[in-house]
Formats: sequence, C-alpha cells, structure tokens
Amino acid sequence: MEHQELTTPSPDGEHRRIGVYICHCGGNISDFVDVAAVRDAVATDPNVVHAETTLFACSDATQHDMVERIQRDGLDGLVVASCSPKLHVPTFRAVSRRAGLNQFQYTQVNIREQCSWVHSDDRPGATAKATGLVRAGIGHASLSVPLEPVGVDTVPSALVVGGGVAGLRAAVGLADLGLSVTLVERTDHLGGAVGGLGAMFPSNQSGRELIAQLVDEVAARPTISVLLETELVAKSGTFGNYEVRLEGPAGTDPVTATVGVLVIATGFASYEPALGEYGYGIEGVLTLPEFTAMLDASPGPLHYRGRPVGSIAYVYCVGSRQPGGNEYCSKYCCTATAHVAVQVAARDDRVTQYHLYRDVRTYGVYELLYEEARKRGSVYLKYADDAPPDVERRGDQLVVTARDTLTGPAELEIPVDLVVLVTGMVAAPNHDLTSLLKLPLGSDGFYNEIHPKLRPVETVVDGVLIAGASQGPKTVSESVASALAAVAQSGAMLLNGRAELNPLVAVAGAACAWCGECAAVCPYDAISRVEVDGVAVAHIDPSACKGCGGCAPYCPNEAIDLLGVTTAQVEHMIDGMVGPVREEVLVS
Amino acid sequence: MGAGHGAGATSPRILVFSTANISDPGIDLAGSQHRHYASSISTITVPCSSSIQPRWIVYALEHGFDGVFLAIDGDECAYLPDCNARSSRIAAQAQERLRPLGIALERVRMAALCSVCSEAFVKHMDEFAAQLAALPVEVAA
Repeated sequence: MEHQELTTPSPDGEHRRIGVYICHCGGNISDFVDVAAVRDAVATDPNVVHAETTLFACSDATQHDMVERIQRDGLDGLVVASCSPKLHVPTFRAVSRRAGLNQFQYTQVNIREQCSWVHSDDRPGATAKATGLVRAGIGHASLSVPLEPVGVDTVPSALVVGGGVAGLRAAVGLADLGLSVTLVERTDHLGGAVGGLGAMFPSNQSGRELIAQLVDEVAARPTISVLLETELVAKSGTFGNYEVRLEGPAGTDPVTATVGVLVIATGFASYEPALGEYGYGIEGVLTLPEFTAMLDASPGPLHYRGRPVGSIAYVYCVGSRQPGGNEYCSKYCCTATAHVAVQVAARDDRVTQYHLYRDVRTYGVYELLYEEARKRGSVYLKYADDAPPDVERRGDQLVVTARDTLTGPAELEIPVDLVVLVTGMVAAPNHDLTSLLKLPLGSDGFYNEIHPKLRPVETVVDGVLIAGASQGPKTVSESVASALAAVAQSGAMLLNGRAELNPLVAVAGAACAWCGECAAVCPYDAISRVEVDGVAVAHIDPSACKGCGGCAPYCPNEAIDLLGVTTAQVEHMIDGMVGPVREEVLVS
Repeated sequence: MGAGHGAGATSPRILVFSTANISDPGIDLAGSQHRHYASSISTITVPCSSSIQPRWIVYALEHGFDGVFLAIDGDECAYLPDCNARSSRIAAQAQERLRPLGIALERVRMAALCSVCSEAFVKHMDEFAAQLAALPVEVAA
C-alpha cells in the first residue's frame, strides 16, 4: 500500500510547464473582460510557459493549435479559461489525450457564466476577477498529478429488481442488447401496480393486457430468467462485477449471480389516507385506486353496495402537495380522474360528477381528457389551498362542504352518493433494499438520480440504475421511457466489456494514524484498516470510493485529500483569487 | 437583474464553495440569465459540500476574503443522505477555529442552493455582502 504524493513541483525553483488559453467566446467574454490584460497578468507566472487569447477555444483550429503547442513545448499542464465546465471539459480532456498530456492535468476555468455574463456592468471588476480565476486555475494545474481512470472488467449481465411495467420492459430491452438478465419479483406474480389496472388513459388499453403482452415478450427470451417471491438480500463486489444473493420462497436454496449492473424498478405505493382524513373510513368514501378497481370489477351502470350511484364528488390532492406531508405533486392523478369521469359518463350519462380540485394538472395531450370530462358534464370546483373540503355522512347521504374560489364566498353543500379521494403515489416501503444498495433517497422518499436532466437514471452507486416510479411519480409511458433509458445506460456501461471509474477519489496521506473515524462516516464501505510496515493506516479503495470527500473533514489529523481538490490546490486557488497584493489582508 | 454592483474593489470579497452537480448549475444559471452580482465574489467547486474542510474556510478568511459562503446540497445531495448535518458541522468547526483568531463568526454563512436557484444565489450574495460590509474590521487577537 503506498500513499500518493500530491505535490510535484520541487521547492528548489523547478517549475511546471503550463499552457494557458483565454477565450473570447466570440464577444461573450471579451466584450466584458479585457482578455489581453488577463493574459498579460498571468503570462509572467513562473509556471506558465505559454499564454494566449483565442476567439473560440473550442474551435477545431484552436484545438489543433493546443495539441501542437502541448507537444512542441512539452507542456505538463493546460488551463482553458472559457465557459462553464459543464460544456467543454470532455472537449479539452480529449485535446489533452490527443496531445499525450494526462487529461487530469488540464484545468477548466469558468470566466463566462461566472464572470463576464454576471459582471457586464463592471469591466475593471470583471477583468480583475477573471485574472484571479485564471491564476487560481494555474495554481490548481501546477499541483495536478497524472491520474488514470480506474479500469474494471465488466460482465454482460444485469439484475432487474421488480417485475412491474418498468422492470419487465427493462428486462426485454436488456436481453435484446445481448445481456443476460435475472429478474426478481418480491410477490408471486409479475405485473406490479399496472398489472392490477383496468382501462388506463389515454387509450383505454387495460393494464392487465399491457402486462400480459410484456410477460409474453419476457417468456420469448431465453436469456431472461424470472424468479418470483424472490428478494435481493446481499450485494458485494464492485461495479461491473457485482455478486448478488437472491433469496426465494422458504425451502428453496438462495441463488447467487454475478451481474454488471442492477436496474432497480421497485415501483410505488398508493397514498393511504388516515382514518377521518377527508372522511376516509366513512362508508362510501373511497380512494381513487379503490374506485377504479370497483369500476373495473363491474361493467355497466355504477352501483355501490347494491345501490345505484347517481352522484360522485372527487376530492383532489389528498395526501399531496401538503406542507409537512407529501409536498410533491404525483402528476398522474388529475388525468386519471378525468379519465375515470369520462368512463363513468360513458356508462351512465345521468351521473352527476363534481371535481373539487386545487389545480388541474392534465398536462400535454391529456388536456383533451379534461376537456372531454367537462363536455360530458363534469363540474370542476376550485377549493383554496388553505380551505380543503369537508366530508361527512348525514343519514344515508354523504355531504361535501366546500367553497368554490371561482364563483364566490358562499359555502356549498354538495350531497353525493360516493366520495372519491384522489390520492397520489408515495415511495414504496423498501427500507432493506435501500440500505443494502446504499441508494440515496430524496426528501420525498423516492430514489435520487445523479442529475435530473443529464444523468436521470444513474445513481451515485456505479452500475446501480433506477427506473420507473421508484424514482418518483410517473405515468406508464414515463416509466417505460425511464426503463429504456436504464437499458441504454446499461449497454453503454457493459457492452465494451470494460469500464472506467472516476479517479478523483479520496486518498489518505502520511499523517494518517488510523482512528477509524473516516471508515465510520463512509456510507460506501470504501475505507478499511490496513497495516503498512506494521503501522495501521486507512486504505481507501478507489473502485468503491465515490469521490464525495465526505470523510476528509472527519480526519483529526487532516490526512485525507480528495484528488482534484486537495488542500494544497484549494489554498493555491485562494491565493490566486486574492492575487499578489496582500497588504489589505484582514488579519495578519 | 440586480443593478448598481459595479466597482468590485470596494465590495466585500466573498469565496463561495459550491458543488459540481447541484449548486454550480444554479450559479451558472445566474450567468445564463445575466443576473448581476458583485465581481468580488468567486467560486471554488467541490463534489459535495460535505467535503469542504474547515481549514480551507479559515485559510480564505486569513488570506484576503471577507466572507465564505457554503452553497450546500441539503436534501438533494446524491452522495450522502446526511449531507445537511455534515455541512453544518463543517461550518461550525470552521467557526470554532475563527473564534481564537478574532475573526467574526458571521463571516461564514451557509445555505442550501439548488441547481436552478439562480435568483436565490444572487439574493444570498447581496445579503451576505451587505452583512459583511456592516461588520467592524477585526484586529488580530
């Protein structure tokens, strides 16, 4: 076990050979920052051998020049001051690789989103700040060390957890990519929530039919093996080579499998109102899933407990969008209710239907269902967020009391035969699975992706992907889209046979005296105690470390550094930002 | 869009520690929307606010920054479910180190900042700058 040395420049005056490119970005930067002044200010840095301004750093011509310059001048560091790292880090890492410079010895400096665009009224200030930022980048690059991505071999197989619509569709997609698939389902049947549904919006196709189709597709693929009444109970190994242990019904032997990725598609649970919440528990007060099951079970005009139903009140947002409760919108329920209302009207157009809502969120093409529900006689009444309707039973009649904010202050008493509480989705209770996989949960209790837009199905646990409503409320089509995104991402990870992990991980330095604090606070089990020459120290496994750096502040000896953001680099960056003038220092 | 920032040299110098996946996009968004803030404010990116080391905060305040703002991930952190508590601990530890140095604890400020919190970021910066400007200049203990 060796400890990595992080500082390369020798103290005897030997300097780095860094090239600096300062981008005009057309005029996006140079209209507000004096880029030539920035160049002149940093060109004299002893670690800088070349500094230039360029009209577009990302242009093919400039990239070509950079490669030539790196090779000709033997550069050992590259600083590009242009836009946000979100845009061109891959571009300039590729430039570095093409030139034979280690890609982690390149530093990106953001002087557009975080400088020129926000200080366009302050040219001297923007120029001074840009100079500081570029100096900070040079300081960072001057302490950069060559790093290689941690390479791992991967196996071409996947575990899908959950046999609902997302899990089934993912299994089919993964098999079609040529991966072998094990699908585990906790219950004794496939289908999940959708498998229990009748007609669904927008096409009226039943959930049962949809699932039957998918189950046929699964059965037609010999590379998918389905294990019912089976749960994932253990996972070890690292990304690309996870060993998983699957426990089936009592009396069967547990199965172990080696898989490259895991697709978690464990779905959702329906919100269960508390007794008394909007009258829940009173006869004739049902949740939306209870009501749709009732509709599905009996064709023809609606009856409840043997009596015909002449009027229904739907109370929206039950359990949703409530401070202190589920603060989010489940976004499927408004459309599902409009769809149900259309079905009820189609069966018996004499049924009066009242919709007590907060906001109607039948977005996109589902707006048409809302319109159709209204055309077929549904009455929509908007209640105020802080004045929810009241539901009670008077004799053999249910009465809903509410104020319609759109028609005036009068309190309306609406006698109805049935009250349907429009309930949303909540996270499925999966405590054991969540803690086994160390998956992060959002404040809503659903699984969290790395990035909602750019990495929507990956989690911080490499090779563990999320799909469907396990991530948050979704319609069937959204669930399937996310399942297919997880399939594509699995293919990207596994079809090469080899994957690279981010090498910007934590390292324990020579000051480590092993106290175990870091290991105790690492949720990824990346840190263990090892002995080096008979001395106990911390070892951080680079393939298990996620590079969050959460361990570092817990080290009493400040022995942990995160590669790419080492303490020495941060201090150099601070020095660079503050600049050479130190007379105004706050406290000497 | 804020106005009247201008002359950065006279505004308090603020160092923002921000996270690559969550608050950086929010701060970048302020740029895309051309929402102005003082040019005396600069950012260092870290993967997660739980990785900020208390000694960095002290170093910044000892070496020319007037305030350090921690843009933390809060409940959105993709790495650590207890990121909030960890980040608070870091801020508190930095303040413990500032006390004997005679540096006002108010020079460290922390708030959760999301990936679209551009307006909130500018507001935080304006408020923090005003608060820092009102602080008496410390003399070394």
